[in-house]
Amino acid sequence: MSRIDLRNAAKIGLMAGVAAASVSAIGMVQTFDERDLITNVLTLGQVLLFAASVLAGYQAAQQHTAAERGRTLLTGLIAGFLAALPVLGLVLLTALFPNIRTKLVNVSATLIQILTFGLGPSLGSLLLAAVMTLLGVGGSLIHVIPSRISRPIIIGLVSTLVLGLLSEVLLGVLRPLVGSQVTGLLFGTKGLRLVTAAVVFLLITSGYWWWSARGEEDMQLRLQAQNPERAQRMRTMRVVVGIVLLLILPFILGTYLTEVLDIVGLFILMGLGLNIVVGYAGLLDLGYVAFFAIGAYVMGILTSQSALGLTDISFWMALPIAVIVSVVAGLVLGTPVLRMRGDYLAIVTLGFGEIIRVLATSDLLKPYIGGAQGILQIRKPQIGSFQLVQPEEFYFLILAGCALAAFVSWRLSDARLGRQWMAMREDEDVAEAMGIHLVKTKLLAFAIGAGFSGLAGAIFASRLSSIFPHSFNLLISINVLSLIIVGGIGSLPGVVVGALVLVGLPELLREFAEYRLLMYGALLIVMMIRKPAGLWPSAVQQRELEGVGEETDTFPSERALHPETHEPMSEQVVEASTTTVRGS
Amino acid sequence: MAQALRRIEIDFVDLFLWLFRTAIIILVIWGTVAKVFFGVGTEYSTAAWIDFTIAGIAQGSLYALIALGYTLVYGVLFMINFAHGEFFMSGTMTATVFVAIPLASAGYLDSNPFMSMLAIMLTAMLVSVGIALLTERVAYRPLRRAPRLVPLITAIGASFFWQYFFRGLYGSAVVPFPNIPIFSGTIEIFGLEILRTRLVVMAASIIMLVGLYFFVMRSKTGKAIRAVAEDKDVAALMGVNVDRTIAITFAVGAAMAGAAGILYGLMFGQTHFFMGFVPGIKAFTAAVLGGIGSIPGAALGGLFLGVIEAVGPPLFLEGLGIPGAHQLKDVIAFTMLVLVLIFRPQGIIGERLAEKKA
Repeated sequence: MSRIDLRNAAKIGLMAGVAAASVSAIGMVQTFDERDLITNVLTLGQVLLFAASVLAGYQAAQQHTAAERGRTLLTGLIAGFLAALPVLGLVLLTALFPNIRTKLVNVSATLIQILTFGLGPSLGSLLLAAVMTLLGVGGSLIHVIPSRISRPIIIGLVSTLVLGLLSEVLLGVLRPLVGSQVTGLLFGTKGLRLVTAAVVFLLITSGYWWWSARGEEDMQLRLQAQNPERAQRMRTMRVVVGIVLLLILPFILGTYLTEVLDIVGLFILMGLGLNIVVGYAGLLDLGYVAFFAIGAYVMGILTSQSALGLTDISFWMALPIAVIVSVVAGLVLGTPVLRMRGDYLAIVTLGFGEIIRVLATSDLLKPYIGGAQGILQIRKPQIGSFQLVQPEEFYFLILAGCALAAFVSWRLSDARLGRQWMAMREDEDVAEAMGIHLVKTKLLAFAIGAGFSGLAGAIFASRLSSIFPHSFNLLISINVLSLIIVGGIGSLPGVVVGALVLVGLPELLREFAEYRLLMYGALLIVMMIRKPAGLWPSAVQQRELEGVGEETDTFPSERALHPETHEPMSEQVVEASTTTVRGS
Repeated sequence: MAQALRRIEIDFVDLFLWLFRTAIIILVIWGTVAKVFFGVGTEYSTAAWIDFTIAGIAQGSLYALIALGYTLVYGVLFMINFAHGEFFMSGTMTATVFVAIPLASAGYLDSNPFMSMLAIMLTAMLVSVGIALLTERVAYRPLRRAPRLVPLITAIGASFFWQYFFRGLYGSAVVPFPNIPIFSGTIEIFGLEILRTRLVVMAASIIMLVGLYFFVMRSKTGKAIRAVAEDKDVAALMGVNVDRTIAITFAVGAAMAGAAGILYGLMFGQTHFFMGFVPGIKAFTAAVLGGIGSIPGAALGGLFLGVIEAVGPPLFLEGLGIPGAHQLKDVIAFTMLVLVLIFRPQGIIGERLAEKKA
């Protein structure tokens, strides 16, 4: 295109600006501002705000070819400037109506200080506009610089920011290993030191540049030259190293991080179960938390030391009972919905989940399960005279549960039953015509899914040693659903990745907690529209969805960039963020 | 042999469903009989029963208004607009925070109650419509041709997004809806003491329901909506702008939800970021109950659900000797939803859509 499409630039710029002003108004910028990425230089809140103008510049400038440098940059400039306007509007609004805080609770003086760099409304606004405009130009610059150079820079930048984001975690891990003197050199009070950040950025950028220019090719060649026997041994080695790493992880990470890992593990366990129901069998179950609750309550009733406890059996005796009861519950709740499809099924299961929650809170069952006061003094698991109390000890229990569930799922996925589920997911009528017994197949999916969830619930109850009905609300179901969708429906590694990203990250970064569901909601929409196969798609889904969306042509290029499937998690995040950047 | 076995198992499912249905019917009848003839539980006067019923009708007319949005959208898109409860919430909260409370503190709400109610309601409707159009454009329209579950998932996403977005905007505390003197207190009609707010809610709902019915049945836009519901491709061939009509459908449904939200505020005196969720699910139940896709069905379903929810706990739940029966009114609603979807998915009146869908 030879002319600048002003309307398009204005539209994208203003949209990005409204988004930036909105995240400011709902308090995200202020909350995230408390997390320094680079000490005293850059906070997460600022990244959030400025990302809008970079993206606006990038998007708006997309219409030009790389040769039209001037036009590209000008478009970026316009979009960046327009992106600043709604934010400036917000600043102006607070200047005109100082008591707006009584209405919009998060538009505080602190927020305005953040937006204006603490320089006061007039000077600060000018600076903000200038910065956002420049960043818009920066975004459009990506189109001008050849991707050979721009890609390593972007990767380096994003990795540095991610590292800064996780600096508290890294600090927690490194301090016992190398001492606080060394970590003090690398990290500030919060976040990376500027020098560290610069070094990290340079290292990653040059490293990636070298990798894409030389290393990758070498690696490919070497892999090709390898004989199959060696490759097999390499694979076995990798699995062994992975298992050893999983086993020693709690000793490296320390108590706090292991606790986070435990929570992630429980969600992985539930995710694996729901993955069978939703991912394999295609039955959208929104009341999945019911089985988690049933597992937890059975464990509670059987092993509690309080007046509500019925028996005095050990954790190990109660565990199979809890799982069996959940399986039976899965069958009982699954039978009425056998004839339903798709969205009706989703709503009915949601109704079941709510019924169970309301019943658990009600006075009706209070004499048996404690009503809103819940069940206390649930037994901890005991091996001989050794009692599992610490998160590190529970880690192994949860790990074992996840391993079992993953193994079962993995074996089932290509077994007769798994194939029957997938056939049913694609088309029930055709599946039935092919001789698949729908009733049996569906019930098995519900039962196995419920069993995993019940196992998670039982461990959950024992871990906390007390349970309350309000921990079993719909949000858990939504959480689990989100994580399998973000990870990749029907994909086992996807569940792990999804749980790490959606459960692990918000646990680590307390600032995320308040906006967790907001981000889940947005993620669900973005994933469904842009990358319906998830972050780590299963092979089947990938093939299937290739033909569906119009945006799917981004997949092959993504694959070309990341041919390795064994990527560290942070790169998955990077991949996700770059995917969302791109668009029409 | 295999076939015979199979037959037995299908019968087993039927048997289970039959038992399930019979058990619930027996429980309801037993509870009612125990209450009416043997006086189990608290004794209520006739006036109390009438009060329960009227409360149920008022609540039910709110469900009916919200249910319209589900029914209309389901009619044209065959999707459960899970975020509809959030359209209801967004308009209400915004109008309460930005119009109702300032008007109340300026004293205008007391001096000109009708004009200010109109202003509040229009604001709520506008905001709801805005949120609905935005959601439709971003989260639903790109997925028109996607598998059925995909838009449902984005709808769930949109629902939580808006909930927590408005939580961020207005905070997580309950925002009280100002008290309007002229609408508070009771009024006597035919010797019955009726809360004025309930009367207002019922009257406003009836006006809106009838208005909407005529809009969909008589106006040109309404005709377009019905044409799109019937067959999108043919409607497009007949010169109907399908995308626009779908957007209008969302807008109409959201406008009703926004108005219902203000009536909700009037009735319960409070608004909250999570207020859309439970009424949303129940309104969906009402829509299914009446027969999804049908406007009179939504009205009927709403009223039915409202009344049974209000009368059920004191009647048959107490009759069964259940302690704290009022806590279980949500269970009644959800059980009704489950029962209707299992045994009569076409609802009380609707039959056309359910058939096409099933």
